[in-house]
Amino acid sequence: MNNNKQLDLAAFRARIGGAKEYWRSLDELARADALDDAELDEVMFREFPRQAAPLATGVDRRNFMKLMGASMAFAGLAACNRPEQKIIPYTKQPEGLIPGRPLYFATAMTLGGVATGVLAESHMGRPTKIEGNPDHPSSLGATDAFTQASVLGLYDPDRSQVVRHLGEISTWSDFIAGIQPALQAAQKDGAGLRLLTQTITSPTLGAQIQQLLAQYPGMKWHQWEPVNRDNVREGRRMAFGGYVNTVYDFSKANVVVSLDSDFLGSGPGHLRYARDFMSRRRVRKGQTKEINRLYAIESGPSNSGSVADHRLAVRPSQIEGYARAIAAGLGLAAAGGTTEHAKWIATLVRDLQDNRGASVVVAGDEQPPAVHAIVHAINQTLGNVNTTVLVTDPIEAAPANQLESLRQLVTDMNAGKVKALIILGGNPVFDAPADFEFSHAMAKVPYRAHLSLYYDETSLLAHWHIPETHYLESWSDARAHDGVVSIVQPLIAPLYNGRSPHEVMGTLIGGLDQTPYETVRTYWKTKAPGLNFESEWKKWLHDGVAGSAPAPRFVGASTGIPAPAAAKQSSGYEIVLRHDPTIYDGRFANNGWLQELPKPHTKITWENAVLVSPKTAREIGMGDRQREELENERSTWLVELGYRGKTLRLPIWVVPGHPDGVLTVSFGYGREQGGRIAGGEAKFIENPYEHQIAGVNVYPIRFSDALHGAAGATIALLSSGYRIACTQEHQNIEAAGNRGIIRSASFEEYQKNPSFVRESGNEEERRIESMWPGHQYRQTDPDGPAKYAWAMSIDTSVCTGCNGCVIACQSENNIAIVGKDQVWREREMHWLRIDRYYKGSPENPETFHQPVPCMQCENAPCEPVCPVEATSHNQDGLNDMTYNRCVGTRYCSNNCPYKVRRFNFYHYSDFETPALKAMRNPDVTVRTRGVMEKCTYCVQRINAAKIAAEKDDRRVRDGGIVTACQQACPTEAIIFGDLNDPTSRVSQLKREPTNYGLLEELNTRPRTTYLAAIRNPNPEIKAD
Amino acid sequence: MAQIFHRSTNTISRVTIFGSVFIAGFILWVIGGIVRAPYATDQNVTRDQPVPFSHQHHVAGLGIDCRYCHTSVEESNFAGLPPTATCMNCHAQIWTNANMLEPVRASFASGKPLVWSRVHRLPQFVRFNHSIHVAKGIGCASCHGRIDRMALTYQAAPLTMEWCLSCHRAPENFVRPRGEVFNMAYEPANQEIDGPRLVKEYKIQKLTTCSTCHY
Repeated sequence: MNNNKQLDLAAFRARIGGAKEYWRSLDELARADALDDAELDEVMFREFPRQAAPLATGVDRRNFMKLMGASMAFAGLAACNRPEQKIIPYTKQPEGLIPGRPLYFATAMTLGGVATGVLAESHMGRPTKIEGNPDHPSSLGATDAFTQASVLGLYDPDRSQVVRHLGEISTWSDFIAGIQPALQAAQKDGAGLRLLTQTITSPTLGAQIQQLLAQYPGMKWHQWEPVNRDNVREGRRMAFGGYVNTVYDFSKANVVVSLDSDFLGSGPGHLRYARDFMSRRRVRKGQTKEINRLYAIESGPSNSGSVADHRLAVRPSQIEGYARAIAAGLGLAAAGGTTEHAKWIATLVRDLQDNRGASVVVAGDEQPPAVHAIVHAINQTLGNVNTTVLVTDPIEAAPANQLESLRQLVTDMNAGKVKALIILGGNPVFDAPADFEFSHAMAKVPYRAHLSLYYDETSLLAHWHIPETHYLESWSDARAHDGVVSIVQPLIAPLYNGRSPHEVMGTLIGGLDQTPYETVRTYWKTKAPGLNFESEWKKWLHDGVAGSAPAPRFVGASTGIPAPAAAKQSSGYEIVLRHDPTIYDGRFANNGWLQELPKPHTKITWENAVLVSPKTAREIGMGDRQREELENERSTWLVELGYRGKTLRLPIWVVPGHPDGVLTVSFGYGREQGGRIAGGEAKFIENPYEHQIAGVNVYPIRFSDALHGAAGATIALLSSGYRIACTQEHQNIEAAGNRGIIRSASFEEYQKNPSFVRESGNEEERRIESMWPGHQYRQTDPDGPAKYAWAMSIDTSVCTGCNGCVIACQSENNIAIVGKDQVWREREMHWLRIDRYYKGSPENPETFHQPVPCMQCENAPCEPVCPVEATSHNQDGLNDMTYNRCVGTRYCSNNCPYKVRRFNFYHYSDFETPALKAMRNPDVTVRTRGVMEKCTYCVQRINAAKIAAEKDDRRVRDGGIVTACQQACPTEAIIFGDLNDPTSRVSQLKREPTNYGLLEELNTRPRTTYLAAIRNPNPEIKAD
Repeated sequence: MAQIFHRSTNTISRVTIFGSVFIAGFILWVIGGIVRAPYATDQNVTRDQPVPFSHQHHVAGLGIDCRYCHTSVEESNFAGLPPTATCMNCHAQIWTNANMLEPVRASFASGKPLVWSRVHRLPQFVRFNHSIHVAKGIGCASCHGRIDRMALTYQAAPLTMEWCLSCHRAPENFVRPRGEVFNMAYEPANQEIDGPRLVKEYKIQKLTTCSTCHY
């Protein structure tokens, strides 16, 4: 293949006649250079490796006998009568429970200590699905991928199940007995007792810790959260003179400037922020007069940057220069501003000045405190503080500089001052900064106890390990991003003998017999002693929100700009350390759903890679010749990453829009004590990879003076042919870039020509003559049974690519994970994929996210090719997939132009593990080997709503059916409803001029359609 | 060279070829018969239960309504099996010493539930919702048979897909007035007229698309 013209965009543009083009990967861009037929065949063959031989290596005689033996045994079994099934009713049925119907309970999940309110669906006492709580300020009904996947975390069979003492199975009462000498010793001299926690916002736990501190005045409480937000806290302290919390109101902001902040994709309140931000970005005909504008200056691809109207990719160390330049532009006394992009910044500053009190500038968590202080000063100058930026009391029980807190602990441990260390949650042995040598210091402590969900790296080093309860198993409380309290209520008794932090604290304090429920309730009863506490408490539990958020403080930020720090020497590549977008800091490493979730930008699954820009890749020698050896983005080079005398071997990944000279790696992978999934056992079939463990541990190069990275890294290519499970080019729509799959325009262009989408597709090629009359969906008889025409509209303007919908779908529809090997073979089972398209030059392209579920075509190409009619149309226009009829020919998948069908090449679903059986949605069949499956529009929810409506003799109301993906979406990008109802939201959206379907020229008449992406670039800035 | 086969071989081969069609047809007919037979469908099989509960006695003898025990039949896909507490509503007062009821008392005392054997069983890829069938005027007896005459409960219908479709294709043959749904002994007076009328009145659809039951 002629890859010498790699990245030759000009030639590519010329070839396709300068048309607007969108592309998904650099290889695709390069491939667009003329290929002859043989080459095209080769590409197409590689494109569909899932059609390749299922066994990578041949089957030897022994395995053949084994497989055949098993088949014979099963064949024998099939002839016998079905085994008897048991029904086990209650002895006393709980009040309010209707067998077979789910109940919903409000609770809250914390991440980094901050709560997101959720409603947990419970089937006969088993939580099966997490949904957002519409009444909770951080959720408003939305959820992210972590929250959705937490239900799998609950049932994870690898969770720690027993108390362990020195690795041996022990008991809780032994732990209580064993801790007494340590406590008594601490009582005597007072100073030897140390508590290490993660960030805690729970008022009850905070009070318990304070009580313990009062009992042992010499005791110290340390906090450490690897996804560290010290910079944010310190920046606020510099600006406001003390620890505070800032809450943003993006719904009032016309202009938003993000300085390396992913406020739409991660961090406290990001779901709410995404909802608020995108509420100003929906373009509706005749209603939308103006939309907001986002400028992003960032050091790596983020969800926020991907929806920005203007984006600069710069080195992280340069961000401060930009912050200073903006501040200087606004008249603040800021020295040391950058001189680059002066015109760009001047325009941005003008835009901010035009929107005083209606703009927000946010800084990223990883940026140094000075940048945060500058940003607060900018917001103050612009009059945003107290309008779009609200200042409230800190939400943490005890805000602290966690890095210094941990450093203090390590120093004391090394000095032998620590006699007893109690660790509540967290995994510091794995995730503390490398230079602290935490495990080395911890080994010097004579008494070490660790409470955690897994028997992990830290537990191995602890004398006592206590299994922790999952948030769905125990009572607690926590604060949301704006400070409002939620009571965390359990849905199930602890599955694995877990203990909650409240119980451990109770033991330390001495109130042994108090359950977590009593602890939490008593705290709030003393906090809010009213006559009607009982009814208040019930309301809190019902609503999932206790009281209201703390009132804003109405203080001003200091407009003093900190002096620029002395320029550090910066040679070599700048390394950026980020938490992983799918497994966070490593705590979700054993969650198969999250491991297999394609990362929003790279679409890599099951591991981490070094992300570099195309230019940097060429610089380090990964030029055209080297890229030739990559097979269609399915393999890559291994590189050696050197940093401060340590080396790591990782795969490399070239990311368009990545800043040059920067190496981004995510930490959290490489868990040696993470469990079976983290340990690589989910590779089911065979494992041709170097790593037994999923991914590479990056914490060894995370140092306390450069938590988020610094300059001075080296990188060298090692070897090619490293197989990487990247879904970027899987399920490819042929020649998607030029077929109007993604359509976009600026708001200006849209106003001039609202129906621009008609001009960017090939719809006119559609041939509509047909000999077949087609299905009838209209309600012809007003007194007859209700007829529906279900449809979906997806707004690509507001999709941030957050992946919440993908996991929501996986959870709702019992979708199996397949393991890295099978993902590499393009056999991932996600019913909903998010395609990511680029437009423009690979240096800094525009990014678009497009969720692609089944299109539910009215003229579905999959249907006529099925030899057994396993896929057929129903009366509402749904394209049904009948698993029990499917014989696995895969013709339907071949004939699907959208490539949304998924085939069970193996027995992917786990039918053995008892815990996972309890997790499944009982309303959806668990599929076996040899069966095709695909998005059903959540037909189980449709049927449930239809049955409820029929019983009341009414139509299903608009909004009465919410699909799982729609429910999870923070930006309400996905809307589902009935086309027969002209007033339904989906009908209205389909009448928008920006509405278009994918490949409509094929006359498939897709029911899922899209709204074109409208961006709002500043006309004063010409795209470079 | 001499003939290898005798002339009669021609006839034999013709008969064999012609007959194979019938043989294949016969084999298919036998298989078709087996899968519909009680041997495969478990029709008419009574199962061992912890307590030999008699619907005949409780329904026909005592006149207890179906919904006294199967509480969720009008609200849920699952009709519901009574908790032990429901049994004890009466059996705390009557037959308090009966040996037969010992498992019930033990369950109530210990809180350990009774474990019943399922009689009506659908494959896991089939969804059936009791509440909508009841709401649309399908009587209990239409599927469950004359429960009021069963001393020990057994599956009266084959529960094959063919059997389900016999009603889904022609509901007018089976629908009854809503008031008669729980009446075991209901006999339609004039189904030819009442059936189509009720189908229209209850807005009953002939749902035979796959996702009605399979998802």
